[in-house]
Amino acid sequence: MVKQNGKKKKKLNDTSKLFWIFISPWLAGFCAFTCFPMLYSFAMSFTNWNGLTNRDFVGISNFIQILTKDKTFGLSLRNTFFYIGVSVPLNTAVSVFLATLLNKRLPGTNVFRGIFYLPTICTGVATYIAWTYLFNGTNGFINVMLNALGMESINFLGNRNTAMLSIIFMDMFCIGTAMTIVLAGLQDVPRDYYEAADLDGANGIQRFWHITFPLISPVVFFNVLMAIIKGLQIFTQPYVMTGGGPAQSTYVYGLYLYNTAFSYGKFGYASALAWVLFIIMILLTLVILGTSKFWVFYREDVN
Amino acid sequence: MGKDKRHMKKSAGNIMIQILLVILAALFLFPFVWMLCTSLKTEAGIADYKQFFPWPVSFRAFEKGWKGGKFLIYIWNTVKIAGLCVIGTVCSCSLVGFGFAKFQSKAKNILFLVLLATMMVPQTVTLIPMYIMYSKFHWLNTIYPLVLPAFFGTSTFNIFLLRQFFAGLPNDLAEAAKIDGCSWFGIFSRIYLPNCKPALLVVVINQLVFCWNDYMAPLIYLGRPAKFTIALGLNAFKGEAGSTMDIGPIMAMAVVTILPLLILYLCFQKYFVEGVAASGIKG
Repeated sequence: MVKQNGKKKKKLNDTSKLFWIFISPWLAGFCAFTCFPMLYSFAMSFTNWNGLTNRDFVGISNFIQILTKDKTFGLSLRNTFFYIGVSVPLNTAVSVFLATLLNKRLPGTNVFRGIFYLPTICTGVATYIAWTYLFNGTNGFINVMLNALGMESINFLGNRNTAMLSIIFMDMFCIGTAMTIVLAGLQDVPRDYYEAADLDGANGIQRFWHITFPLISPVVFFNVLMAIIKGLQIFTQPYVMTGGGPAQSTYVYGLYLYNTAFSYGKFGYASALAWVLFIIMILLTLVILGTSKFWVFYREDVN
Repeated sequence: MGKDKRHMKKSAGNIMIQILLVILAALFLFPFVWMLCTSLKTEAGIADYKQFFPWPVSFRAFEKGWKGGKFLIYIWNTVKIAGLCVIGTVCSCSLVGFGFAKFQSKAKNILFLVLLATMMVPQTVTLIPMYIMYSKFHWLNTIYPLVLPAFFGTSTFNIFLLRQFFAGLPNDLAEAAKIDGCSWFGIFSRIYLPNCKPALLVVVINQLVFCWNDYMAPLIYLGRPAKFTIALGLNAFKGEAGSTMDIGPIMAMAVVTILPLLILYLCFQKYFVEGVAASGIKG
């Protein structure tokens, strides 16, 4: 954008002092609320600080403990990966599916879009508690419906095999943001691409895989990345609904970290856990970025 | 004739899609309708759990829930925090967004990358040191830890959104005002800011919804029930009353928690959806 008006660029060059003045709130905030705590937490991860007395430098022993001996670390990381592994593909599919339906622009589309977006806004303790009751193994309404259909009751949150899947099912309704982004992407797809495909006699599925999906793959990619970053930090759902149980089947990384720091006061160890999570997040992002060249297409590539 | 046939096939398909949309919408609404129905049941109605609709309709659950918890205090606390966060975010993010959109500096691009990168830093990395700092300042159980960061542009996504919007406004607006002797701050506050009301509204809504639903930060910084936000209060109320079979009052208070968001959503639906699209992420 700047390149387009070189004249203006020159003129605004004198304003570099103003640039610093205007961004100073963020700069101060970045130092105080991001940079400093990060350095602090990094330093703390090499200590055995428990918030009270011990504050000795212990080298990398926290990290060695985490990576080699800590069984809860492995367990909570597995649970978190399970959550991401099921929920990210599922939510991506649901958001693309809903956006495709909405993009038909049939009567009432705005109302449907409004309804599909609603759970995303109300994502909080209130809905988590409601779902907890809905999932109840004896008198939850989902089981009432299953019984009416002649099926056995399922103890959704009380069974180690279904607890995490139940949370994933609940989170499937919170795809409003992803859906809206995909919908915006879909509306950018030129109509004549489809007309050309119609002439070639392509069916609906072919149209989707060969035209629609490649063209919306950049936004899908963005959604996947955001969902992974968010999924790695999942905390409130299991905290409110299951407390990590049953049999620690929903004991996710966020819960483990929270308990380590704020229930047991092991701040040094918890800081190390937080940094391990950060590194996992960066690695995972790099892996996804690496795969992107196989399935994400930018329109410039075609030209 | 071939065209006719295709047309018919297409409209049959559209009817199928319409039916599918209705079913899906019912599924998405179901938990909320169930919540409302449960909150309107009598105690006997709750015991008859197989019944979906409340009959007879009763507001006794709202009465019992409202008296059982300190929801007026929780709501006031949340409104206070959300209100201050909104003011802080709008002021700081619009300044910073404008700075990134309209001025030049050698460090600009790298700083903008840094800004985007901070979106990726997990909350937990900074949470523990901040908790320790705040406890040293004796700021735990106050609203400072939840409100102060908002005044320093910590909601990077909102900065990004406003920068995109400011960048889309023409530079000529500033040129004319500069000739008239207007200062840069005047140009910003009197010319550009009024022109980006829709984007500001999106930021306000983003921040309100975030503050209303936020759980982890209040959980860590606020330990005393008198300071609880509504999210904390509701969960505490469930903890106290949860062992009873009568879930009516809890669901009634859940409805009370959601209602402000619902009203906000119904009034400003357009901006909720635009917030995502306006950020220019698409494509």
